[in-house]
Amino acid sequence: MKPIIDTYKLRKKYGDTIAVDSLNLSIYPGEVFGLLGPNGAGKSTTILMLMGLSEPTFGKAMVCSYDASKQPLEVKKKVGFLPDNVGFYKSRTALENLIFIAQLNGISFDEAKVKGQELLVKVGLGDVINKKVGAFSKGMIQRLGLAEVLIKDPEVIILDEPTTGIDPSGIKDFLNLIVSLSKKEQRTVLFSSHHLHQVQHVCDRVGIFVKGRLLACGDMQTLSKELFNMDAYSVEVEVDCERLSLTAEELKRRLQTEISSISNIQFLDEKNLLIGSGKDIRLELNKALLALGIGVVTLKEKHYGLDEIYQKYFEGGKINDL
Amino acid sequence: MIFKNIFIGSGSGHFSAFKIMVQKDIQDHIRSWKFFVLLSLVLLTCCASSYSAVAEIMKDINTPLKEGEFLFLKVFTMSNGALPAYYVFLSFLGPLLGISLGFDAINGEYSNRTISRILAQPVYRDVLINSKVLSAIFIVGGLFASLTSVIIGVTIMVTGQIPEIAELFRIISFLLVTCFYVAFWLNLSVLFSIKFSQAATSALTSISIWLFFLVFYPIIINLFAQWLAPSIFASGKEIASYQQLMLSIMRFAPSQLFMDATTALLSPQVRSLGPLSMEQIQGAIPNNLPFLESVKIVWAQITGLIASSTLCFVFSYYSFMRKEVRM
Repeated sequence: MKPIIDTYKLRKKYGDTIAVDSLNLSIYPGEVFGLLGPNGAGKSTTILMLMGLSEPTFGKAMVCSYDASKQPLEVKKKVGFLPDNVGFYKSRTALENLIFIAQLNGISFDEAKVKGQELLVKVGLGDVINKKVGAFSKGMIQRLGLAEVLIKDPEVIILDEPTTGIDPSGIKDFLNLIVSLSKKEQRTVLFSSHHLHQVQHVCDRVGIFVKGRLLACGDMQTLSKELFNMDAYSVEVEVDCERLSLTAEELKRRLQTEISSISNIQFLDEKNLLIGSGKDIRLELNKALLALGIGVVTLKEKHYGLDEIYQKYFEGGKINDL
Repeated sequence: MIFKNIFIGSGSGHFSAFKIMVQKDIQDHIRSWKFFVLLSLVLLTCCASSYSAVAEIMKDINTPLKEGEFLFLKVFTMSNGALPAYYVFLSFLGPLLGISLGFDAINGEYSNRTISRILAQPVYRDVLINSKVLSAIFIVGGLFASLTSVIIGVTIMVTGQIPEIAELFRIISFLLVTCFYVAFWLNLSVLFSIKFSQAATSALTSISIWLFFLVFYPIIINLFAQWLAPSIFASGKEIASYQQLMLSIMRFAPSQLFMDATTALLSPQVRSLGPLSMEQIQGAIPNNLPFLESVKIVWAQITGLIASSTLCFVFSYYSFMRKEVRM
């Protein structure tokens, strides 16, 4: 399949600082892609270059098979973009704001009015269609932004930090709304975020972006493998016997007869074990350990999710350790 | 030809986007409070000054007009001493109007965080700045055209006279010059609205430039004048060239250009804006100049106004097209 967003050695320099460094990114049609990284990692810059709003210093970005810096108008026709911290004309109503944008996209006033009302209901702003945007909360503004993105019927939706300023329960709703609205119409979604948990569950693939470089790219399992050289699932087990007589190797061999997906067993200390496997094995593991005569006190999944990645790379910013 | 290309040749889609932007900007101006405040200020002062002029005319309505006197032009230029004349008021209020319509044109979009949203739509980038400037010029033109029409209408009702064609030409050209004068300040403040990210900074900078030309520039020129003044024994030629020099320096101020242009356009008897020697006056018939001759006298001033206002626009266009979208 041909990627719908494709960048080739994309690079942007602001003075001496390199905001984006040789970015090669391919996003395929219908995909929900999350661009993750701390503040100042170059996510917004990348997105601006994809929209043709900022000119790359080197390389090129192809969106919907148009060169973003040479044919920005064609790109803007196909892509709906919700910028970071978006704002609307405060003295106008939600519908008026939508109609204005729709008209700029060549939609007639009457059509825009009908479509705008439909979309405002869809994004959950049905009650405030004719209220002025000045009175809107941050979450409502974001929803209005989503309606604006959808009104031009885009092939690709690009959202820059769509979750900032929304309360935690609202974020989940909002992201689900984006994904459900776009999956139905087979739209490609790219969004950036520094909130890892929030986006983890809605993305098909994520790219980790630190200091202008794409560290890793793929779905969650590949990512944790790539970054930690670890199994996708690790389970931490506390056992209740005084001292385990078995060595790790022996235990692994014994357990593997029951659960084939176990790949690694490690003693953290006398009572704690770390068991790695390709999938979630908590239930089977509990049974298998009991069958071996080992009582289980606690059994919890150790998550090598984006949080660990965040801990490891974003806060320390240790790219060189990789 | 170029205009044809812009408006028709590049496809109706872009033009309609431009039209929508201009419509929106005009609506924004009209709905805004600052416009309401300025509108009432302009209306009040202009009504007051033209009222006093009409009242002055009505005093001696029974004495017939002198040969070559224009009634309607007098409405715009006469004052009863208590209130300045209409065109003097405009020279004060025009800059204020222009600055207030332009000082937050671009940085307003930035601080509202609407800029990246608008630029992400399939419209050319210059559509935004063109529509900002054009919508403000429409507003100014519409405002002054209707104001002038009202004044003419009231004068017709009160005096029962109708304007002559020559008068109409002069009034219309006065209107155009006023628009260019306001457009200069408008473009200047739009330029600052691109250069400064705070609307307050750009407003204050524009206003301080206006105040500089209004208050300090004449003072500085006076100082220079005293320093450069020829001795009392200087020849007439020297004195004349000194006065010419002073006038030229004065004309760096846009308000001076405006005053020069309007004086010549509204007073047909004005033959020169500078000093005239006895030889030049000798044999001249004290008669009105035809309209085109008056225009010729101040052609330099008019082109100067247009040029400076275009220059400001060019600078703002250039810096806006190069400006980064993110703040």
